[in-house]
Amino acid sequence: MNFETTIGLEVHIEMKTKSKAFSPAPVQYGSEPNTNTNVLDWGYPGVLPEVNQGALEYGMRAALALNCQITKDIHFDRKNYFYPDNPKAYQITQAQTPIGREGYLEVELEDGSTKKIGIEEMHVEEDAGKNTHDPDGYSYVDLNRQGTPLIEIVSKPDIASADEAYAYLKKLRQVIQFTGVSDVKMEEGSMRVDVNISVRPIGSEQYGTKTEMKNLNSFEHVRSGLKFEEKRQENVIRAGGSIQQETRRFDVNTGETVLMRVKEGKSDYRYFPEPDLPPIHISDDWIKEVQDSIPEMPEDRRQRYVEQWGVTEYDANVLTQTMEMSDFFEATVAAGADPKLAANWLMGEVSAYMNDKKQELAELALTPEHLAQMIGLIQDETISSKIAKKVFKQIVANDTDPKAWVEEKGMVQLSDPAVLQPIIDEVLDNNEKSIEDFKNGKDRAVGFLVGNIMKQTRGKANPKVVNQLLMASLKER
Amino acid sequence: MDYFKNDLTSIHNGLVKHDFSAAELTAETFKQIKARDQKIESFLTLNEEAAVAAAAQVDQAGITDAEKLAGIPVGIKDNIITKGLKTTAASKILENFEPIYNATVMNKLNAARMINVGKLNLDEFAMGGSNENSAFKITKNAWDQTKVPGGSSGGPAAAVASGQLLAALGTDTGGSIRQPAAFNGIVGVKPTYGRVSRYGVIAFGSSLDQVGPMTRSVKDNALLLSAIAGHDKHDFTSSEREVPDFTAKLDGDIKGMRIGLPTEYLEQGVDPEVKEAILNAAKTFEKLGATVEEVSLPHSKYGVPVYYIIASSEASSNLQRYDGIRYGFRAEDVKNLEDVYVRSRSEGFGDEVKRRIMLGTFSLSAGTYDAYFKKAAQVRTLICRDFADVFANYDLILSPTTTSTAFDIGAEINDPVKMYMNDILTIPVNLAGLPGMSLPAGFSNGMPIGMQLIAPQFGEETMYRAGYAFEQATDFHQAVPTIGGEN
Amino acid sequence: MAITADEVKHVAQLAKLEFTADELQMFAGQMDDIITMVQQLSEVDTTGVPVTSTVAEAKNVMRKDVAVPGTDREELMKNVPQKDRGLIKVPAIIDESEEA
Repeated sequence: MNFETTIGLEVHIEMKTKSKAFSPAPVQYGSEPNTNTNVLDWGYPGVLPEVNQGALEYGMRAALALNCQITKDIHFDRKNYFYPDNPKAYQITQAQTPIGREGYLEVELEDGSTKKIGIEEMHVEEDAGKNTHDPDGYSYVDLNRQGTPLIEIVSKPDIASADEAYAYLKKLRQVIQFTGVSDVKMEEGSMRVDVNISVRPIGSEQYGTKTEMKNLNSFEHVRSGLKFEEKRQENVIRAGGSIQQETRRFDVNTGETVLMRVKEGKSDYRYFPEPDLPPIHISDDWIKEVQDSIPEMPEDRRQRYVEQWGVTEYDANVLTQTMEMSDFFEATVAAGADPKLAANWLMGEVSAYMNDKKQELAELALTPEHLAQMIGLIQDETISSKIAKKVFKQIVANDTDPKAWVEEKGMVQLSDPAVLQPIIDEVLDNNEKSIEDFKNGKDRAVGFLVGNIMKQTRGKANPKVVNQLLMASLKER
Repeated sequence: MDYFKNDLTSIHNGLVKHDFSAAELTAETFKQIKARDQKIESFLTLNEEAAVAAAAQVDQAGITDAEKLAGIPVGIKDNIITKGLKTTAASKILENFEPIYNATVMNKLNAARMINVGKLNLDEFAMGGSNENSAFKITKNAWDQTKVPGGSSGGPAAAVASGQLLAALGTDTGGSIRQPAAFNGIVGVKPTYGRVSRYGVIAFGSSLDQVGPMTRSVKDNALLLSAIAGHDKHDFTSSEREVPDFTAKLDGDIKGMRIGLPTEYLEQGVDPEVKEAILNAAKTFEKLGATVEEVSLPHSKYGVPVYYIIASSEASSNLQRYDGIRYGFRAEDVKNLEDVYVRSRSEGFGDEVKRRIMLGTFSLSAGTYDAYFKKAAQVRTLICRDFADVFANYDLILSPTTTSTAFDIGAEINDPVKMYMNDILTIPVNLAGLPGMSLPAGFSNGMPIGMQLIAPQFGEETMYRAGYAFEQATDFHQAVPTIGGEN
Repeated sequence: MAITADEVKHVAQLAKLEFTADELQMFAGQMDDIITMVQQLSEVDTTGVPVTSTVAEAKNVMRKDVAVPGTDREELMKNVPQKDRGLIKVPAIIDESEEA
């Protein structure tokens, strides 16, 4: 029996507004518990929500970047449920009028082809606080995160494999990052993924029964979890069993999915329109204003790199995968670096270093200014490319000014003929045999002589200048 | 200081002329409260120390003639948040709750330098029409202490009617200001939805709730509304309209005013004496130069079911925050989270609150939402349209406030449906967000009868104008109750 | 009977309320009366009638994205029944002794 797989993704992304979605408390990660909160976040008796225009506009931005239709007349709804991190016992969301509908993402698959994946809807809502379970039998609630604006993006059942899901998430992160709506920091939990997956025999008209995994915060876990779950479901059905609707958990250690709980009927969230917030009409002018505020998207940046800076298509594509890399690249060029050389360094040494150290670009000590300066030193032949590798090691891990460091360490390349000629003369005087070999057509002799000259200068001689002077001197002998 | 013989203006004049100081006025007010409230039981918390200090401050700073309310005592219904002063909503679940911020209306009263003398009783979370649902005490009607004061603003109504105060703030979700005002023979106004900020008012039915003034005269009422009305950036449903001086047009002239008298409002179980009083009022208005004609509000009979679904649904959601976690009552000996929720709520809420939460939860449930909540929200539209049709041709609607005068304590407490039907004449006003006023219009067996005036949205000025003209032409408001043999 | 004791129980579960058997019977009876009253709405033709979920005249009310520092934590924590290190303390979802 052959199967086809259907995957749906619900992605929550925290938006980087200054204040919360429905209260003016600050949105800030990593503060002391319960210090970025006010009576609204706490759901004190008598308080009322105050919707943040910035959050709504960020939501619109994201919706437009995801090719959604904007819903012109929106209101908010209450989703009712009890939990300690949900102080009002309802979440303000958009159940009936999501701000965006019927969008799509053009996703690049590993074989180089592209696939259009539909977006069912996208809405703005508030995040909950944080509930930490302690082994002492208590939970501890921090409401700093309560009210942080979220967008929830719900895909259509167009995703047919774990790899497609992975590609979709990468693309989604890229697009959202470039809109400026969120930094999408996985490690801070600012992007969380709920997945559902079902399999059915090819040709079957009805979807199979879905299982769910919630709150995954790594793309790799999503991919591995889905791959495992796809196989597991297929095996169950092949063995004559049936899938039950359940929530499963991805176990990072075993790479398997584990049953958490079987779903008994639908949860009853008792949605109804939020009476404390009057409806909002989104005019065409407003949409245009938001559209115009969207920063340059990756495709446009890529094109600019190729057309204006002569970067190859491939390089431009790699450089625009993340906002951080693209911004870093542009800052390096702005600091005076040759774009092609900057691209080479970023995709070569810098990326290798990041992979090796498992660090993000932002975590490196390297600055675009230092990288640009170092590239300048290579170009004006102050340092050799060999020395440059040493300089890079220094500036990538330390906040060191490359020019000052090169001078301090005496690593400046020797290019002055007045300094080099006496050394060349001395080497030639001491190696009569090599001169003879050269005259007899043995080219190897040149290499030997250069090596000697380099040794005398402790590697600092400019190879190009040495070569020119040496050839001239040999002809004279 | 005899509040029966004074109004806000005469008190203000006395203060300005230094006939008495704010401190003396406050001291005497507390003396009167302590004497009379033993029988009436309208206060839940007295704010004596802070009130005395505030009065002294007012005296020190002095009062200009423009500050019409400065130095005058006011009482606050206990579902309005007062910073540092216990606010309970008459519920065990908030028995020891100490607010850390002020409701916007409190900030406004403080800015007007009124003296908050204490918190007044209500039905728990403002749910009820008799004050019998208070977790703490049953307030008595000022005119007959065996009868209910009405509700939910029974505390404010009885305190004002018994001469303990000239002014109080109540809240009105389905009649909670107007019905107790009618039962106690005072003036109560529910302003247009959005006229007064709801920020800091413990929410019951968010699309219906409004704060409003309760006083003994129309002019006093207009004075107090002028002080508390206006846009609030903390309440997104509050209107940005400018607030007129509601006392400006109180000249008694209502010539040419077109008043509609809805047939349905005289039918639906209205006592004959009440009906007669309203028909007499209609004649009074005609004598004053207004025209009064019968009109129809055909969907008004659905007001009660629509209201009980919508108000209870909103309440079921609004009251979920009382979960024993961040503030308020938490049950003892709880073993796990579910215990905290279920036991704190089950022990903390009274029966009427539970009934409404249950009805609301039921109405919003996945399987019943369309037939209940959505249906009610649609019929609400029809009720709004009825009013719009009438107001296309009329300036004001006249009706009884209640079908009967105040009933006996204990008479209806076990029959929720009968109790709910008491609000049939006040509820549609909330559903449509209109301003409504109850004012004295007669007596039946010694108990006051209330008359209701309803205006289009933001038509408070018209309502006050007509109310004032009626008050000037009649003497019902001058009657004074005898409280336990004295007055 | 429009509503059964079981239904009342289910609604109570959603609302985080519990009732004794006697209370349950009383509530079921009263809710039944209320629901009967409410059911007269079914006689109203509401085909094509929009819902009214607010009567506020205000529309498009929004706040600019400007942050105001949080309220003093001590002040906020004042009413918390159980707290620890600036956090709100609540019994865990599941009773430890039940798991053992």
